[in-house]
Amino acid sequence: MSLAFNEEQRALKDTARDFAQAQAPVEALRALRDAGSATAFDDATWQQLLELGWGGMLLPESYGGFDFGLKGLCAGMEEFGRTLVCSPLLSSVVLSGSAILAAGNEQQKLQWLPQIAAGELRFALALDEGVHHNPANIQTSAIRTADGFELSGCKQMVIDGIGADKLLVAALEASELGLYIVDPSATGVTLSRRQLADSRNYAQITLDKVAVAEQHKLSGSEDVAAALELALDNGRLALAAEQFGGIQAMFERTVEYLKERKQFGVHIGSFQALQHRAAKMYIEIQQSKTVLMDALSAVEADRPDRAARISAAKAKIGEIAELVTNEATQLHGGIGVTDELEVGFFLKRARVAQVLLGNSQYHYDRFARLSGY
Amino acid sequence: MSDLNAFRQEIRTWLEQNCPESMRTPATPEDQVWGGRNIQFPCEDAKLWFDRCVEKGYCVPDWPLEYGGAGFDRKQTAIFKKEMARLGCRPPQVNLGIWMAGPAILEFGTEEQKREHLPKIARGEIRWCQGYSEPGAGSDLANVQTKAESDGDDYIVNGTKIWTSYADHSDWIYCLTRTDKDAKKQEGISFLLFDMASAGVEAKPIELITGETHFCQTFFDNVRVPKANRLGEENKGWTVAKRVLEFERNMMADLEATIAADPIVLSQLAKQHLGEDPQGRIADPILRQAIARNEINKRALDLAMPRMGAEFAEGVGDPSLGMILKYAGTEEEKLKYELALKITGAQGLGWAGEGFSEADIKLTRDWLGVKTHSIAGGTSEVQLNIIAKRVLGLPDQ
Repeated sequence: MSLAFNEEQRALKDTARDFAQAQAPVEALRALRDAGSATAFDDATWQQLLELGWGGMLLPESYGGFDFGLKGLCAGMEEFGRTLVCSPLLSSVVLSGSAILAAGNEQQKLQWLPQIAAGELRFALALDEGVHHNPANIQTSAIRTADGFELSGCKQMVIDGIGADKLLVAALEASELGLYIVDPSATGVTLSRRQLADSRNYAQITLDKVAVAEQHKLSGSEDVAAALELALDNGRLALAAEQFGGIQAMFERTVEYLKERKQFGVHIGSFQALQHRAAKMYIEIQQSKTVLMDALSAVEADRPDRAARISAAKAKIGEIAELVTNEATQLHGGIGVTDELEVGFFLKRARVAQVLLGNSQYHYDRFARLSGY
Repeated sequence: MSDLNAFRQEIRTWLEQNCPESMRTPATPEDQVWGGRNIQFPCEDAKLWFDRCVEKGYCVPDWPLEYGGAGFDRKQTAIFKKEMARLGCRPPQVNLGIWMAGPAILEFGTEEQKREHLPKIARGEIRWCQGYSEPGAGSDLANVQTKAESDGDDYIVNGTKIWTSYADHSDWIYCLTRTDKDAKKQEGISFLLFDMASAGVEAKPIELITGETHFCQTFFDNVRVPKANRLGEENKGWTVAKRVLEFERNMMADLEATIAADPIVLSQLAKQHLGEDPQGRIADPILRQAIARNEINKRALDLAMPRMGAEFAEGVGDPSLGMILKYAGTEEEKLKYELALKITGAQGLGWAGEGFSEADIKLTRDWLGVKTHSIAGGTSEVQLNIIAKRVLGLPDQ
């Protein structure tokens, strides 16, 4: 319930940092991009992450996890964000894993969660149907058949959809929300790649009368919408932590550049106009960190304002990621807009991460709604 | 430890028996008891509470007994403050003497100066004001031009000070003066103490944009000040001045803890003035988001020190976090009042007379009043300079 990481969480953070810096620096993302990788992550890197236990970080021990909690996971996400590590951690473990944990029945949890934790199966959550995050706007239909359901609809921007072993699809049966496990190779499923600026893995998925067996509808929760919201909140906070890592990396590099770059015979960091811009970023980053730690402590203590605090974090951090990546680009001058410099990778990732799972406007609005106004 | 527990119990019992009920509520600025020759009490209870505290030395609990304090050590003082806060006791007396002049005299004063000045502060007999800023020395505080020229055993002081809060109600001033005009600007300053009733002192109130006049410009025309009234060595006054600026931060923290909390809640104000949509949300979606943003930032500021505390408890604290508070706190507060104006429209710009409630008029004045916060006590720009240089290590030109 603390606003700081404890010793165990700091140890996780250190491990994550060592791994990210040594095994998955930004050059790794560049290499994946240049190779045109459709899954946009490196299998060997993902295997190493699984061996380090990141696949089971969130899950209880009874389902093959280590139960370190969202705070432990986010300590790592922050470090992965510093080097833009690409992996299915968010899509499979955090989003899909949390959704199955919250909405699955005991048998479903026992069947799927250990495989997710071990990385034997990779899940992707197919939720949004437009270019803006909006879990309240689901059109995909699930029609009951003799031995299960028939799903039809179109899903947009499915994170890590390409190459996923299973899809977790949100659909409406009459007006009731349900989550269905769909095999991407099933008849009627079409996946097409969507390449966004951040060079990661997104898919558009169309479902045309796809048959889903009865036992593949998650049926452990009375309120699927609430269960889904819980899983999305885990994802939002994990993504905010990743964004916060990116913000820090950008800021540190920019301040270093201000100290080394000379123009007019002096270090440009001696100019007050630039000093003030750097100081303002520092202030905003410190504020962002407090908002993030407040959300993590709300989750840790399971406080009733949990969801509002998570929206505060996603809103604030998204906004500050925009500020810091824009400033980093500008303050690096000409080299800042070259592909050679890694600033561009952070800039592109920051904007995609802003859009995913709700942008700042979405979450300021949600925060207000949850706060009663 | 058990001694401290006994001490805590003793303080608790004393406060419960001696602090009148009406003195256990947050004080508005009008409720505060300023010490001094013209001390005034807003009510009987305030006088009773003041008298009881003076008798025990509780206006200055950490000062030694012989100078009118209660002689508490650091731990005892912390317990005393906690117990005061627990009951919500108002400070019995407010006085720059308590927070600034007194601690400076304790640290830099001669025995004679301590015996002369400290008991009078402790008993609320003398009210102090601060003579730091000048028309040409604001953010560049060390650029002091008020001169103190030697004349036998005295200095003759000439010049002017500005933003001297309540100088027109104060009895004594502690004042930065230039005693060596050829030295580097920080090295020719002396720290003088003198009576505002001295011949040649004149304090003229300055009317602010809020309509209030608690600031003054103070003029010195051949004011004779005995050299015995100099605090610290001649030309070493900057050292004292910097220390007093540190005391000022403690004062701000003490005051913030005891003054009535800001009653404005933007979301309520907005529902009241802009109405709600069918889902119970503030009808204007743009303002709704701006309010959420402000509320999130304000909460982050409130949690900044607790976060730093939690980090220190884990052995990973960074004191630099404290450096953001002045800038972020005052800028966010200005933004809050700008939002309040957008929410209330013309009603929030009421200045006086019919058609406006007291709260409407207060809002207008407060909107203007918070403009002073990002200027006084180190402007926002100076705060950014400090962060850039001390925290980020950016180079001087």
